[in-house]
Amino acid sequence: MGFLMKKRWQRRHLLEAFMKFIMRVSLVIVAAALGLILWIIVVRGLPALSWDMVTKIPEGGYYMGKGGGILNAILGSLYLAAGGTFLAMIFSVPIAIYLKAYLGDSKWGHYVRLSLDVLWGIPSIVYGAFGFTLMIALGIRASLLAGIIILALIELPIMTRAMDEVIRRMPIDLEYAALALGSTKFEVALRVVTRQMLPGITTAILLGFGRGIGDAASVLFTAGYTDRIPTSLMRPTASLPLAVFFQLGSPYPEVQQRGYAAALILTVIVLAVSLGSRWLSSRLNKYTIK
Amino acid sequence: MDAHIQVKNLNVYYGKQQALKDVNIEVPKKQITVIMGPSGCGKTTLLKSLNRFLEITDGAQITGEVLVDGQNIYDSEVDVTEVRKVVGLLAQRPSPLPMSIYDNVVYGMNIHRMKKDRKEYKAAVRHYLEIAGLWEEVHKRLHDPATSLSIGQQQRLCLARGLAVEPEIILGDEPTSALDPISSQNIESRLIDLKQQYTTVIVTHTLRQAKRLADHVIYMYMGEVIEAGLAKEIFSSPKHERTKQYLEGLF
Repeated sequence: MGFLMKKRWQRRHLLEAFMKFIMRVSLVIVAAALGLILWIIVVRGLPALSWDMVTKIPEGGYYMGKGGGILNAILGSLYLAAGGTFLAMIFSVPIAIYLKAYLGDSKWGHYVRLSLDVLWGIPSIVYGAFGFTLMIALGIRASLLAGIIILALIELPIMTRAMDEVIRRMPIDLEYAALALGSTKFEVALRVVTRQMLPGITTAILLGFGRGIGDAASVLFTAGYTDRIPTSLMRPTASLPLAVFFQLGSPYPEVQQRGYAAALILTVIVLAVSLGSRWLSSRLNKYTIK
Repeated sequence: MDAHIQVKNLNVYYGKQQALKDVNIEVPKKQITVIMGPSGCGKTTLLKSLNRFLEITDGAQITGEVLVDGQNIYDSEVDVTEVRKVVGLLAQRPSPLPMSIYDNVVYGMNIHRMKKDRKEYKAAVRHYLEIAGLWEEVHKRLHDPATSLSIGQQQRLCLARGLAVEPEIILGDEPTSALDPISSQNIESRLIDLKQQYTTVIVTHTLRQAKRLADHVIYMYMGEVIEAGLAKEIFSSPKHERTKQYLEGLF
């Protein structure tokens, strides 16, 4: 070979090197931020994390550093998020299917998607305030049920739009194949689209769950807070984000540390749910058309 | 000729562009009719008009009639899912459904509630996989994903899946164009075997395939049917200059 293919530093090569550098820096910043968050909650929370923390409810004087745990908040959060996610799912799966099968890219489809995007962008404290107003008007007290309903409202647009985006990426040939066999549009949606998109739909549902379990502002007004484990839908319930909030605001260092421990527990739950969903998606992937 | 499908004064427009111009043809029962012609001549459009697929794939406007056993499939009283049950389609590329091999064959029978119990479904799956010449290759892994099959096997699976809903007519939209030569040959011989029982309409752009398969030929050019009739007559002595030129490979 002659010198024809010798490497020369041209402008476009420099540009590529520069862009690569920027991308790497961004990656490092993001990873560092995540690492730092985890580091802080682990370092500060781990010493306070004990068996009592996850198995007991607050005992007398807990908020001044005495015994007990935050089982009330752990269970409360799980009930709230699970209930909210379930409720949101009941509505968002049909909406997403309807959007795909019947509205498509029509004018109405556009309006529905726009409304969902606007709803997605509304801060959760506004949802909380809305729920609070509604509860006053209806004469309902802060309760697990109210919290579940508000969380469902918050999760609904996220879940629906995430599903919608997944469903819209479906290969059109699959739809034609099913239609050619004499399927109705609904059968295509129910038997083919959902099956093909099951992994994506699972991800969408867990995205909603993640948002729901971590939300503090909306449950502040609607679910309230209590040191007891919720036994009825009509009773108020504690939640982990608020447990973090209240304990970090305490002047007692032991209680502050417990706030970090609560944050650690919340993070571990979210992590477990995302890892679980990854695993589930890969299992459900078996039959999908790539 | 015992006509199974009659197309009368069929015009198809995509917006302002006319894709089919006053098409009048008859498709004989239980024989293979091949639609041929250069790219863009409207052969796929004509094919898709026969199972009412035009209305979903493109925003096409359709006038005229397509009669299957004397019944106009564009009549407002007609259930489109029934049309597509009677008129099956084998697409250009195989597109298995996102399920197992077994469930792919069951799918159509299931939506049309054609079988009573598991045993009947099982027997039917075997029957149609055998007809498609796939049973020997897959009977030990019926519950594997359909995508685990080779592309040629997938096309035979699609054939089995289509036959399982008991159509009377099979449409093939260049059904071998995505396949390797051996798989193509395999599909071709299936179609020849099946022509005793099914009315078959195939679109192809390869002349040699047309000669191998056709009992009847429809030659199209620029949205019009130039010539239609018995394959042996048209291949040996085409009446129109255009057909002659096409057969000689002039364009």
